[in-house]
Order: sequence, then C-alpha cells, then structure tokens
Amino acid sequence: MKIVNQIFLAIILSLFITSANAKDPMEFIGEVTNSASNILKEDISIEQKADKLIELAEGSVDINGIGMYSLGKHRKSINDERLTKYKNTFREYFLKSFSSRLSQYSDPKINVLSQKVINEKYTIVSSVLIATSERPEVKIEWRVYTKDPSNPVIRDLIIEGLSLARTQKEEFNSVIQGANGDVSTLIANLEEFNSK
Amino acid sequence: MVIGNYIKYRFTFVKDTIKITSMFRILRIFIISLFIGTSSFAGSDGQNELSKESNNGEVKDCFEGINRGIFAFNEVLDNIIVEPLAKGYRYLPSPIRKGTSNAISNLSLVVTIPNNILQGDFGLAGKNTGRFVVNSTIGILGLFDPASNLGLNNYEKEDWGQTLATWGAGEGCYLVLPILGPSTLRDTLGSLTTYMGGDAWYNITVGNDTRYVSDFDYYASVATNGIDFRAKNLESFQNLEENSLDFYASVKSLYLQDRRKRIANSDNITETLDDSDWEEIETQ
Repeated sequence: MKIVNQIFLAIILSLFITSANAKDPMEFIGEVTNSASNILKEDISIEQKADKLIELAEGSVDINGIGMYSLGKHRKSINDERLTKYKNTFREYFLKSFSSRLSQYSDPKINVLSQKVINEKYTIVSSVLIATSERPEVKIEWRVYTKDPSNPVIRDLIIEGLSLARTQKEEFNSVIQGANGDVSTLIANLEEFNSK
Repeated sequence: MVIGNYIKYRFTFVKDTIKITSMFRILRIFIISLFIGTSSFAGSDGQNELSKESNNGEVKDCFEGINRGIFAFNEVLDNIIVEPLAKGYRYLPSPIRKGTSNAISNLSLVVTIPNNILQGDFGLAGKNTGRFVVNSTIGILGLFDPASNLGLNNYEKEDWGQTLATWGAGEGCYLVLPILGPSTLRDTLGSLTTYMGGDAWYNITVGNDTRYVSDFDYYASVATNGIDFRAKNLESFQNLEENSLDFYASVKSLYLQDRRKRIANSDNITETLDDSDWEEIETQ
C-alpha cells in the first residue's frame, strides 16, 4: 500500500513539474519579439545584428519542421542521403534569408494581443506590428508548435493572413516540378542562394 | 486646312476603330470565359479542364509558360515605370499620400456596395453606403475619413470576383494579365464586369463622358491606386524578390492566399487554408 501511495505521489509530482515547466505560447512570443526588437535597436553593424538574430532563431524556430513542411509531398519520396543534405542546406538558407529580412527593420514595435489553441500541438498567437509614417499597422500571427509544452517553437508567420511557410512550400514545389520532380535541383538552387 | 481635317478624320477613325476593336475583344473574352466557366463535356467528370482546381486544392497554372512571359514583361514595366514612380510618391508629404489613399478607397465603395448586396450582406451594404455619403460630402470627395470616427470603420473592399466566388464559382486557372498582374479566370471575368456597367465610376467617366469628369480621371485614379499600393509595399516586394528562389511562384501563392482570405472575409488562416500538412510533421 505504501508503494502504491509513493507511485501515486510521484505521478502527481511529475504532472505538477510538467505543468510548471510549460511555457505560455503568448509569453514565449512576447519574449522572442522583445529579444528581436532589442537586437535591432542595438547600435551595431548589420552583420552583427544578423549573427544575433540567427542565434535567436536557432533557439526559437523549428527550422527542421519548416524545412519538412516546405518540401510538401516530396518529403515522402526523398531518400535519406538527400534528405540529410536538404535539411543542412535548408537550415543555412532559412537563417540567411531570415536574418536578411529582419535586419532591415530598425526598432519594430510588436504588441502581442491574444492566443487561440487549435489543438494540443498548435497555438496561434496574434500580434500587431505598430504602424509608422511609412507603413500601416500589420497583423502578424505566429503558429507555435506546442507538442513539448516546456519547449514551444515557432513554425510559421502569418502576415495579414498570408502564410510565409505556405508561400515557401508552393515556391519549392514549383522549383521541383519545373525539374520533373527532382529534389536535387531545389538543393542546388538553395546552395546557390547560400553562396551569394 | 484640308490636310489638317484629313489628319483629324484619320485620328478619329483610328481612335473609334481601337475602341470598337477593344469592345469586341472584351466581348469575345467574356463569351469564351463564360463558356469555359460553365460548360462540361460528355465523358468528363462534369468539370471543365480549364476551370477545375488540382486535387490538393491548389489552383492549376494551365498557361504557365505564357504567364511567366507576361510576368517577366510586367517586372520590366515595374522596374522602369511603376517602382520609380512609387519611390517618388513616397517623397510626398504624409497628409497628401493619406488623402490620396482615402480618396481612392472611397471611389472603390461604388463597386463594393453592389457586391455587398449581391453577396446578401445588406447590413454591410448599408454601413458602406453611409461611409460613402459621409466621406464624399463632409470628407470632401473622400480626401478625409470622418466616417471612421462615426463608427463606419473597418472597411473591406469587395469586387465582382469575390461575388462570383460566394455564388460558388471556382477559381479556374491562374492567369497573369499584362500590366494588371496576377488573377484567375474567375477574377478576370469579375474584372470585365467593370467595363460592362459594373463600376459606377467607370460609367460616368469612360462610359459616358460628362462635363465634369472624363476618361482621364478614370485612368488616373486606376494608375494612382497602383502606385499607392506599390509605394506601401516597396520593401516587402524587394524583400520577397531578393529572398525567393522562384519569385513568380511566390507572387502566385501570395495572390491566391490573399483572394481566399478576402472571399472568406477572414484573417484566420486555419479557416481559409488546408492545415492538414502541419499535422504530419513531428520534430519533438
């Protein structure tokens, strides 16, 4: 009986620890956007900003997940050797394009507004990029992957209702289809982009 | 004098011929589009090849080679005309840009309101009519937007393509139109409605020249609308172009996503796009 009680207590404790470690997706996005904003505000060179943004992305974005999603139906037919090559090339491509897109902004102000749990794996966090004299307010939604609640990661950015991951998936699909289904052409294009 | 009259006559003749030819061309496109959009053949699955979507819900690019050619042509036009104008437009003082944008937005209400009605959205039609009346009068021809302060805000444009979609018409093939850019067969058909009485602003300018407004006012408003849009998106376009492996495919994807969002009147991506692909990917 004593053993049963101890097991029960252990289960309760582990549940408590898990829920205590779970990170609120809204809070997570707030932290990421604050960190990005602080980096962009810093009085350092664009290259230094890019390095810091890459570090931030590696800890908060599911680059492998986005890479697999971007591959679309082709991820089912690709062999292991090519998949490994694709994943490595995609990671480099993603970080390069991510930092180049972001480092052009200076001090963007983002307000995190609300969140909507889609299922146990996904939560959509809504935010707005505050308007400036150059551009109007922009709605940004973040698809957060929450399968491991203690380690949420970003899988997509939806800007004014337009998904960046989906756009990339359709773009990659177009490149692969243009090469009669050969993923090597996509990998070669990614390598060419990375070498620029 | 005789030579002068002859040149004037030739010029009028050529101008009229162009007008008539254009009208016939529009009519022909309309009839062909209608045929493509509604007909089906014995032995088929009841859906015409040119009007159906591919199995995964994506829109077919039936004329990809031609589309890519027109896209390249449009890019050249953009580089040498539209982008420089948009950059220049950016130098105008903010109140002037804001006023121009407001006036163009106000003009678009004459297309939005009938489409609100045709989509069965009578409440919104009433609200937009109120917005048009207030901004056209107190707002001095739409230059200012006092209607938003009266609660007539959150204006969303509606067009004939959106109405056709709410009536159940499929997107049809993806098209790239010269100068006008990305479209679909359904949206092109919707745009043609403008030239057949579907746009009150077109009707009083090009359709029936009046003493106060002319063809020039219509085409100037269309061009300004394009430049205003381009000026607001200068960085986004440049960013997209620089970071795209296939710029054509990126623009196509963004256009189609945007149209679906507008038709569903929703910013919620999980309502407008198939989400199932995300569920398969496990990385944790």
